[in-house]
Amino acid sequence: MSDRGHIPESRQREAPRADLKWIGRSMKRVEDPRLLVGKGIYTDDVNLPEMAHAAVLRSPHAHARIVSIDVSRAAALPGVLCVMTGADAAKVCDPLPTWASPPVLQPVIADDRVRHVGEAVAAVAAEDRYIAEDACELIEVEYEPLPPVVDPEEALTSTGDAVLHPERGDTNIALERTLSFGPVEEDFAAADLVIERRFRWPRSGGQPLETVGAVASFDEGAGRFTIQCNTSMYNYCGWMIASTLRVAPHKLNIVPTLAGGSFGSKMFVHKVPVLAAVLARAVGRPVKFMEDRIDNTTSCDNHASDRVYYAKLALKRDGTLLSLKTRIIDDYGAFLQFGVGQHGNALSQCVGPYRINSVEVDLAAVLTNKCQQGAYRGFGSEVANFVIERLVDAAADELGVDRIALRRQNFIRPDQFPYLIPTGNMYDSGNYQAVLDETLKLADLEHWRAQQTEARKAGRYIGIGVATCQERSVFSATEFWMWNLEQGVEWTSSPDGVSVKIDPTGKAFVTLHSPFWGNSPETVAAQVLAEQLTIDPADIEITYSDTDQGLNSTGPGGSRFTVMVTGAIVGAASQIREKMLRIAAHLMEADVRDLALEDGAVHVKGVPDMKMSIAELADKAHYYRLSMPDDLDLTSGLDATYVYDHPVTTLPDPDERHMGIFYPIMGHSCHIPVVEVDVETGQVHFLHYAAVHDCGTMVNPMTLEGHIRGGTVNGIGTALFEEFAYDEAGQLTTALWTDYLIPTIKEAPADIVVGHVETPSPFTEYGVKGGGEGGRMGGPPAIAAAIEDALKPLGVTIDSLPLPPSRLRALIRKAQGRAA
Amino acid sequence: MAQVSVSFTVNGREVTATVDPRTLLVHFLREELKLTGTHVGCDTSQCGACTVHLDGRPAKSCALLAVQLEGCAITTIEGVAGADGMHPMQSAFKEHHGLQCGFCTPGMVMMGIDIASRHDAPSEETIRSELEGNLCRCTGYHNIVRSIAAGAQSMRG
Ligand code: FES
Ligand code: FES
Repeated sequence: MSDRGHIPESRQREAPRADLKWIGRSMKRVEDPRLLVGKGIYTDDVNLPEMAHAAVLRSPHAHARIVSIDVSRAAALPGVLCVMTGADAAKVCDPLPTWASPPVLQPVIADDRVRHVGEAVAAVAAEDRYIAEDACELIEVEYEPLPPVVDPEEALTSTGDAVLHPERGDTNIALERTLSFGPVEEDFAAADLVIERRFRWPRSGGQPLETVGAVASFDEGAGRFTIQCNTSMYNYCGWMIASTLRVAPHKLNIVPTLAGGSFGSKMFVHKVPVLAAVLARAVGRPVKFMEDRIDNTTSCDNHASDRVYYAKLALKRDGTLLSLKTRIIDDYGAFLQFGVGQHGNALSQCVGPYRINSVEVDLAAVLTNKCQQGAYRGFGSEVANFVIERLVDAAADELGVDRIALRRQNFIRPDQFPYLIPTGNMYDSGNYQAVLDETLKLADLEHWRAQQTEARKAGRYIGIGVATCQERSVFSATEFWMWNLEQGVEWTSSPDGVSVKIDPTGKAFVTLHSPFWGNSPETVAAQVLAEQLTIDPADIEITYSDTDQGLNSTGPGGSRFTVMVTGAIVGAASQIREKMLRIAAHLMEADVRDLALEDGAVHVKGVPDMKMSIAELADKAHYYRLSMPDDLDLTSGLDATYVYDHPVTTLPDPDERHMGIFYPIMGHSCHIPVVEVDVETGQVHFLHYAAVHDCGTMVNPMTLEGHIRGGTVNGIGTALFEEFAYDEAGQLTTALWTDYLIPTIKEAPADIVVGHVETPSPFTEYGVKGGGEGGRMGGPPAIAAAIEDALKPLGVTIDSLPLPPSRLRALIRKAQGRAA
Repeated sequence: MAQVSVSFTVNGREVTATVDPRTLLVHFLREELKLTGTHVGCDTSQCGACTVHLDGRPAKSCALLAVQLEGCAITTIEGVAGADGMHPMQSAFKEHHGLQCGFCTPGMVMMGIDIASRHDAPSEETIRSELEGNLCRCTGYHNIVRSIAAGAQSMRG
């Protein structure tokens, strides 16, 4: 399989075991108490002496030249400290960080032209937010409208004034290229059947309850910024913000606050902290800028994939899947923060759980007059899941075979792992049959099939959908640049670090170098360290570092966190354990090989009375240097830092025959929703929902289930309601939560029955896999299939989302019209 | 704008302040009183993250002006716990994993306490219909419903 690359040896130190004490427990969360009593400090809760507040004037136009700006009335308003235009900002800062190569330049405040509704045109710092907002209303801007580019397929042919970034050439195509893996043409030639479909995946976004914010201050004496912010990746690439601010990287300290949810949307926020920082430097006082909801919906970093697919699946008459070809037009909006990383991501599992021999992806990433794309649960792979699952359903229908049976026939078998797919990515382990079987059990399929038959007789439309989806976890940095045509940022590291200290009394302290963004980092860290050192999680204190203290850490995102922090803690704890054993061996005059750490003490094996507790050893380690051997390693104290590298990655092949291993810790899920569609109103009701996930060894089943249920409801939002919809003029018509419909409790199924299969990873510590995104990666294709199944008597096909009642009614009307 | 004087109680404490009449209650609580447990999620009274109790009934504090509250009694998330640290409803959320990021949580807890005070042993259906005005983006609501049911039970003792 050399065309698909090679598989490195596993570096796993801790194999999964049955006798784990803390890993695998549904331990109550360490994070909760302060959040429950209203004492968690989110960004907006930070208050500094003399702090000023910012507001932003935003573009009402999708595309326009800025002819003039008059800020005089705003600047004269009492309480206003500073009004900053794009021209002012360009004097003090550089364009925002980007992974795109060649770059798409993005100013923090628009300078000569605006490229989407909501882009910042001016910013105000004032004594309070009310005054800052008043001042924005007093700024007069003259615009000269330019042609808005809204439709992604039309963007392929834009020229002249319709081009957003003329300095990149007379086109709105940011990147266009075809990648081909394996014998695509031969496989298509050998096919008996080719399924062809056009799919439309809508622009949605994470929309956490908390927007993005930053509190920045500038110490003029030290020439140094401090920014408190709800971003992630600050210990990976936070220094890029310093470059934008034109200070040396060590002249910026980014301090994380709690984040009130992210789902990817706060992966590496750049506009908000830079804006707060330039204002803080300008006014000589700390400045808080907290997006309001409309700031966030119109100009966040995180509108997600917005794609048109022309997809072809080649197969044999006997049901054998052969090859997949897709032409993708992805509407990136006005800028390209993460390059086309979303398409690197999608290559990781674009063949789903199936044995498909070859793949071709033809991508056109286009620039339009919309808010830029960022990350949202799936980061592009959720779309690939939708596409392959819809194609497999269509293939089954075309062949006249059962949709489930066709899946089973083509599943990668348990004995084939680790398995390299045509793009070169590895699936480390899996048991897709077992996941499907478990879901079928929970879904009570026979019961619902019978209900469906009865209902149809009564003129009611019940449908059952099945999706069997990959749930890749632990990204590697190569996904961000593998598509690039020109060399740019080409990192290959994506580690996470921790610092662990045992104090002289035996209490443990963990410093995480990645933030809390709604997941359970403290709980995970406490469980794994408790397991490693045989201590009680209640004796562990967890804090978060800033960039001054930070170790190289990529942070949550890409379902990385549990795997990576587990690995980092195993690394640090083993150093501490080794030191404790050496000290104990010396003090108890025993051979280190005869010692074992159990129940919080080092024992001489077989001599129950010969032991020293961790507290005793910590005391000795800290204060009794002269009782120790004169060994340079035995420094006073008991502490370790460890940066855990990605457990298994390889480089893309220089000739691009494959893209290397970049997203290998492969989970899997099966979702089976049962829906009833009211054909009169177009409403969809969930009658039942079963979801089984295989995320390897579970660290905390309770929190994993929380992610699965929450993610599934995100998926319901994507499938049925959510869309950042732009009209022909480029106006965002769903800018408030009155129109951008995130599921309320009424739209969420009363119960999502969750089950688990555990196929440990052979590459990660304890066999853990990530599970942060799976719900949204499995829900949409399953729901689409269920709706299609419900409407089968009418002959409705589902190939675009979302499906709010109005759209579903239109499809039903059309089908009924055809029938009539 | 002419400032207006207003007096009310917050978590049992008398508060008298002179405010700009357009000041929203949520901003007054957060900025003036530094009670930052009450959150702002949407600004348009969709999300309920800003829910407080106003004379014992839940209210979205982003949809009220501070000057409307003359003589009223406000309770925020910081004011519900007894001497022993957590209100039974707060403990129930911890026990049943009713929160992830915690941003909707103060509003959910305030709603939960209210639901429990008005319904004896609220059914799942009752809780679901009462929570229509509170959004959570993390949990899918399942565990919030369970938390409130359990919290209501422990409030009854
Ligand atoms: S902030 Fe009050 S309802 Fe959302
Ligand atoms: S716990 Fe995050 S919004 Fe509800």
